[in-house]
Amino acid sequence: MRTLTHLERLEAESIHIMREAVSESERPVMLYSVGKDSATMLHLARKAFHPSPPPFPLLHVDTTWKFQAMYEFREKMVAEVGMELLVYQNPECIELGINPFDHGSAMHTDMWKTEGLKQALDLYGFDAAFGGARRDEEKSRAKERIFSLRSAQHRWDPKLQRPELWRTYNARTAPGESIRVFPLSNWTELDVWQYIHREGIPIVPLYFAESRPVVERNGTLIMVDDDRMQLESGEVPMMRKVRFRTLGCYPLTGAIESEAGTLPEIIQEMLLATTSERQGRMIDFDSSASMEKKKQEGYF
Amino acid sequence: MSNVREDLIVTDIDAYLDIHEHKSLLRFITCGSVDDGKSTLIGRLLYETHLVFEDHLTALEADSKRFGTQGAELDLALLVDGLAAEREQGITIDVAYRFFSTERRKFIVADTPGHEQYTRNMVTGASTAELAVILIDARKGVITQTRRHSFLVSLLGIRKIVVAINKLDLVDYSEDVFEQIQSDYRTFAAEIGLGTAGQPEIVCIPISALRGDNITEPSANTPWYAGPSLIEHLETVEIGDNAANGPFRMPVQWVNRPDSDFRGFSGTIVGGSIRPGDMVRALPSGTTSTVARISTFDGDLDEGIAGQSVTLVLADEIDVSRGSVLCAADEPAEIADQFEAHIVWMHEKLMQPGRQYFLKLGTVTAGLTISPPKYKVDVNTLEHLAARTLALNEIGVCTISTDRPIPFDSYTSNRDMGGFIIIDRLSNATVGAGLIHFALRRSTNVHWQAVDVTPEARSALKGHQPVVVWLTGLSGAGKSTIANQLEQRLHALGAHTFLLDGDNVRHGLNRDLGFTEADRIENVRRVVEVSRLMADAGLIVLVSFISPFRAERQLARELIGEGRFCEVFVDAPIEVAEARDPKGLYAKARSGLLPNFTGVDSPYEAPDDPEIRIDTIATSPGEASEAIVAQLRAMNIIS
Ligand SMILES: Nc1nc2c(ncn2[C@@H]2O[C@H](COP(=O)(O)OP(=O)(O)O)[C@@H](O)[C@H]2O)c(=O)[nH]1
Repeated sequence: MRTLTHLERLEAESIHIMREAVSESERPVMLYSVGKDSATMLHLARKAFHPSPPPFPLLHVDTTWKFQAMYEFREKMVAEVGMELLVYQNPECIELGINPFDHGSAMHTDMWKTEGLKQALDLYGFDAAFGGARRDEEKSRAKERIFSLRSAQHRWDPKLQRPELWRTYNARTAPGESIRVFPLSNWTELDVWQYIHREGIPIVPLYFAESRPVVERNGTLIMVDDDRMQLESGEVPMMRKVRFRTLGCYPLTGAIESEAGTLPEIIQEMLLATTSERQGRMIDFDSSASMEKKKQEGYF
Repeated sequence: MSNVREDLIVTDIDAYLDIHEHKSLLRFITCGSVDDGKSTLIGRLLYETHLVFEDHLTALEADSKRFGTQGAELDLALLVDGLAAEREQGITIDVAYRFFSTERRKFIVADTPGHEQYTRNMVTGASTAELAVILIDARKGVITQTRRHSFLVSLLGIRKIVVAINKLDLVDYSEDVFEQIQSDYRTFAAEIGLGTAGQPEIVCIPISALRGDNITEPSANTPWYAGPSLIEHLETVEIGDNAANGPFRMPVQWVNRPDSDFRGFSGTIVGGSIRPGDMVRALPSGTTSTVARISTFDGDLDEGIAGQSVTLVLADEIDVSRGSVLCAADEPAEIADQFEAHIVWMHEKLMQPGRQYFLKLGTVTAGLTISPPKYKVDVNTLEHLAARTLALNEIGVCTISTDRPIPFDSYTSNRDMGGFIIIDRLSNATVGAGLIHFALRRSTNVHWQAVDVTPEARSALKGHQPVVVWLTGLSGAGKSTIANQLEQRLHALGAHTFLLDGDNVRHGLNRDLGFTEADRIENVRRVVEVSRLMADAGLIVLVSFISPFRAERQLARELIGEGRFCEVFVDAPIEVAEARDPKGLYAKARSGLLPNFTGVDSPYEAPDDPEIRIDTIATSPGEASEAIVAQLRAMNIIS
């Protein structure tokens, strides 16, 4: 008898999770951050509900500081899938002009992303939100549930988390509470890349190496994506062949020098790499438990 | 080393990807008691399969110095250590999932350490595992915990067991020690039915997680051992369970209806396989049809197999919705509303026999009540013990009833069709899990006595609709006084009434019940049943009953039916009720003579949304009964 491959099983599981979440919630939404995990999740959603379009909107909690290529890609994808896209920008941040240069990465991320996400969820009254986080990303994520309960204040309380058995998920919420649903929980980074390769899923070109203007700052290569970039004295943008392993706000996302212009080459580089993925994302540097703290405060 | 094709990453990445794309997946669980080496073993597996990056290793070196138990050496156990709070306490208390992969397979490991919550965590981790690695410390041999782990593994239906006899380096890699433990384990396993025909298959492997012996390749330290290394075994062991080879089952998750031309049923195949043209039976309706298409985003399939998520299009328009199960027509699942099941309790609050919970089995959610356990199982000795309830981490065998018939298979034949979770109705917490053995009363055997004189006919004769007016409130709030006046008033209006008073019922029908929480629940249940029968008889039933718990009143509402239920909250503050104390009960309760007295040492949960609330300070009993009469008019009960 035929057995399913690991990718087929992961795909089926993700589809099952999405269908359960949609059936058991009143107002689901998919958090769409334009990166490769979001692209994979979106692709799976299209499979899950085919031939219907996915029965929920996409929500992009925007910081206005993403790479231009991400905005372009987002518009293209939305047109292609024919789903509703909600873009939310925390009005307080707009008013105060919060940016990574003057306010630091921690405050920037907290106010645009963490606060912005909470505001958007409250505004629309979503009771279930799909996120693309994976258990292999970080140690504290290894215990995260697939259906993760958040209080009315969006806090994650380890004591409130429900045991998950078989493929039977408890998505019940009291008024105000919501569920974060992670359909990619059991995928690893390699699985995601391999699946993107197998399925031909479109991703933002920034993942592929190309000659781009960058400056080197504290040992990290930062791309000069637009003229809001505050150059420090003596910094002159130089052209380097770089790509990004993970995408976020351009001033906070480190590029790596690379020759990888195709998916197999990216995977090849990744397999031969000796540092883990999140190195490129500055948010986690401080302490090994910082992700968990962030989660308790409501950052995904 | 099993990653022999690593050279391909450099020389031919496309060939490498092709191999990896076709890997299979094995989910397993590791079990062992504290310090047997679970964390070290998992850390070792990650390390050997090159999943430990340099930055992790740097962090690990720092951590090893701070928290490690290996002096200056790397402590691999720290690689898999968990949440910050737990790390400080030096223990982990939950289920964590780890990933690694070799050339042949991807693995998902459920890591379930911790002693306190052990049963809950292990059951959770085992529920998705196809194989279990049971660790034994070679210095200790088969111990109590080994029995517990083996029992839970077999209870949860895991078909493959690896007994990893660890820390062999500490017993000089002795063959005798290994053989002795292996024979002890097999003897014990046979006692509980493991390793026998039709039962999980057992493989014993001598290892040292710390030194890496027999983890990826045969160790030179154990020349006497000819079997596979741990990874070799995990890579080659056959995957698949009974259900995959059993009859077709697909619980319907979602009805897919983009337009009037397409109507499909989306779900995950949890048993057997299906092809276009196959005949299926939809349960619980029992109607049959044939499969017209197996639709997916990637085109129609010739065959759908267990584990796949698909959308089936049927040839006929039959009654199917979320919660239905599509089955092989000639081997359908059973349907029943009463079962015997193993229950695993997972919550700090005790299981309440008689209380209404939700059951979620597959895609069905139904009301659930659990009887007091027939027995509970001591997970260490496997003895059966008498029990009235189950506490956190306890396992028992109970009779359960659902509020309507549901499709199911026994857990041993199909995990997805026989395993369910138990949800608390108020907190929505998952409080337990259950594994169905068999149906006690098949629905096909239950025939309601067909009645020709219908409730409608009876109420037409009486000139009003039936209703249950449920007066709830503290002792001394004024329920009986109001109920009496209300009955007189309704009688005067020509209505057919009956007054059921909590105190009076306790003298007769419920004489055998006391005031423990379990007895109070039974007390309410009987009153609900009696008042429902009376409402069926066409009467206006007045129930005067403290009924302090929201869940019980909710149960009453559901059983009697919305529209036939009028909840009256007779509201008096506790000080006022206590000052009135018409029967001297508060005084007794305060002096400790009446334990579990509502308002004193047992809570009263006020209704959130009653049909009507009577403020007994501002309203006289006469005004109160007028207000209730007006409410009954508004509900079209009386004209
Ligand atoms: N000598 C030796 N020590 C081991 C072995 N496996 C684990 N240990 C040690 O046993 C202790 C407990 O191991 P740990 O993995 O934390 O156990 P857990 O509680 O089951 O996760 C640690 O000091 C480990 O280094 C082994 O194979 N040989």
